[in-house]
Amino acid sequence: MSGDTTSDVRRAAPGGRWRTMGGFAVAAVLLFAVAPTVLSDFRLGLLAKFLCFAIVAVGIGLAWGRGGMLTLGQGVFFGLGAYMMAMHLKLADAELYGGPGSVPDFMEIAGVRELPGWWAPFASPVFTIAAILLLPAAVAVVLGLAVFRRRVKGAYFAILSQALAAALAIYLVSRQELGGSNGLNRFRTFFGFTLNDPVNRTMLFFIASGTLLAVVAIVRQLMYSRYGELLVAVRDQEERVRFLGYDPATVKVVAYAVAAAFAGIAGALFVPIVGIISPADIGILPSISFLIGVAIGGRATLLGPVLGAIGVAWAESSFSEQFPSAWTYALGAMFVLIIGFLPRGLASVTAVRALRRRSGDGGRQSVPEQREVAV
Amino acid sequence: MAISETTVRDAIKLAVDEINADGGVLGKEIEIVAEDGASEPAVFAEKAEKLIRDDCVAAVFGGWTSASRKAMLPVFENHDALLYYPVQYEGLEASPNIFYSGATTNQQIIPALDYLAEEGVESLYLVGSDYVFPRTANAIITAYADAHGIEIKGEDYVPLGSTDFSTIVNKVRTEDADAVFNTLNGDSNVAFFREYTNVGLTADDMPVMSVSIAEEEVGGIGVENIEGQLTAWNYYQTLDSDQNTTFVGAFKDEYGDERVTSDAMEAAYTSVYVWKESVEAAESFDVADVQEAAGGVAVDAPEGTVTVDGENNHLVKTARIGEIRDDGLIHTVWESDGAIEPDPFLQTYSWADGLSVDDAEG
Repeated sequence: MSGDTTSDVRRAAPGGRWRTMGGFAVAAVLLFAVAPTVLSDFRLGLLAKFLCFAIVAVGIGLAWGRGGMLTLGQGVFFGLGAYMMAMHLKLADAELYGGPGSVPDFMEIAGVRELPGWWAPFASPVFTIAAILLLPAAVAVVLGLAVFRRRVKGAYFAILSQALAAALAIYLVSRQELGGSNGLNRFRTFFGFTLNDPVNRTMLFFIASGTLLAVVAIVRQLMYSRYGELLVAVRDQEERVRFLGYDPATVKVVAYAVAAAFAGIAGALFVPIVGIISPADIGILPSISFLIGVAIGGRATLLGPVLGAIGVAWAESSFSEQFPSAWTYALGAMFVLIIGFLPRGLASVTAVRALRRRSGDGGRQSVPEQREVAV
Repeated sequence: MAISETTVRDAIKLAVDEINADGGVLGKEIEIVAEDGASEPAVFAEKAEKLIRDDCVAAVFGGWTSASRKAMLPVFENHDALLYYPVQYEGLEASPNIFYSGATTNQQIIPALDYLAEEGVESLYLVGSDYVFPRTANAIITAYADAHGIEIKGEDYVPLGSTDFSTIVNKVRTEDADAVFNTLNGDSNVAFFREYTNVGLTADDMPVMSVSIAEEEVGGIGVENIEGQLTAWNYYQTLDSDQNTTFVGAFKDEYGDERVTSDAMEAAYTSVYVWKESVEAAESFDVADVQEAAGGVAVDAPEGTVTVDGENNHLVKTARIGEIRDDGLIHTVWESDGAIEPDPFLQTYSWADGLSVDDAEG
């Protein structure tokens, strides 16, 4: 992927390879060594949940921050991954505790004795994992091709993706074989490991941590590749890219599908970590809150979305513990302040400072990769 | 915190203050740690775990929707802790770690149907919000209707929070059933009853039996839109008993004269006393001891005497049909013949055979 003609446009990763490796090493030490020792079981579980949100945020950072697609409906892909994982866990539990051929407990209580046919493949762990990795991305490809080929973008794309999230949530509420509004819950084992055991819960935290590091590495590779340049070009000047002979639809579909795959994986991890998936976790509100962390952290940067998602989720949780009846106001005030004074997110504070240091002229020069995108 | 959940918290706080003023439980003063479930099942699970693990509380009181309870249930079972759930619900559940102080279906829905049948209702129209409680309730209603020769003229669901009822109310009017069974939730009731009154339907032509409208909701719907309609609960503010007069008086003293008391609040208030009595019977705050001692514990609650059924941790309670009058309050027009034993899995009703499996857990 190293064409001479593009070498002058390609921007090297800031700080170079050693800084990147160092960054990953520090993150790995924090996640794998520091967090499990300083946090209680409960807080570690909470952090594992936030890491799931961060995995979604990394994908949104790519699709929205880099690709200009305001993905207001990531709940759809999060939900697909989550429900597939939940179905597998319910089936595995039913087999383990009820013997072969038994139906999951919530169906049994509702008087359903026959497993619906389309549930059956999810009894296989291999099929489930493959479906979690592929299905959300496949849906995104089909959807993306249909939408981007027709040059639907900006607010129309945002509304469309949001409507999909709403539609999926409403549909799931009416499906009793997927638990309706209660969703799927009460999982006892995760691929044979009992979920009640703190050791296994720590293992889930490690899985979430490893996944987060992996998706950050993938997105970093994409961002600093030729494809990453093309994606930013499509975001800023879609018509010009078209005149240069590229198909912007294909460029966008790739980023959209990657974001969808990340959301699906995050959903699948969310289920054993939190212990429930219901339509309330995948509708419009959760889809918007996925985005809020990205916006606060800085959508066009690599780490902004990750830190933003974890920070917002942490703030939400601790505000609500401190002020159970007034926390929503505190959280709202924080959003207003940050978006009002730092429209490019908290990451822009460090970016502007770095620029000032480098250019030495007070940083009046604009940062090209963070130009405001019309959405 | 949503409005209805806030009032439940107020009722719990009142009970705790009363108990503390009276010397606490086993000589210990009770301290409240409040958490907000944000109406999201996953958050309810998180907060429940925090209360159990970080705050090491003796018991948790609360939960609102079925989804919130389902989300918390595994947390309480895994950590072997106690939850007191104060809302009427769709039944089909029994956990040693949850005490259900609201009604199960045979203490609310079935008595409501008995009442309608006694009144000579021969056809019903079912309207509900689309979630677990209305769907389960309507499955029970349909089975009951089949067995008792009542015709179901229609069954419609709207998404939670929906406020568009012109089509459904027109269908209800055209079908002309003897009565409507309403399992709508929250704001949908406001829109439904306004539309119902707009098309000229009244309680005299076609009464509506509601199972989710209590004293607090009447004001929002507007008394003029709902006067004369029926509700099914175990408790009303207007109940005439010493315990209730004291409860209503204490509540109004604490929170203001304009506040009303309702079934879920009373169940929450009562659940604190049920826990206190169970702890005192066990002479221990230990979960296993409380579970062991809870069966048979009785409390003279505002709704009358309630007793814990040790088999399924539900309360034995009296069912009451009420009529909404122009004072905005609900007045009892029918009362079950004594307190009803809870039967969450409807095992004692032959017509309910297909609804759940007999050997379901519990």
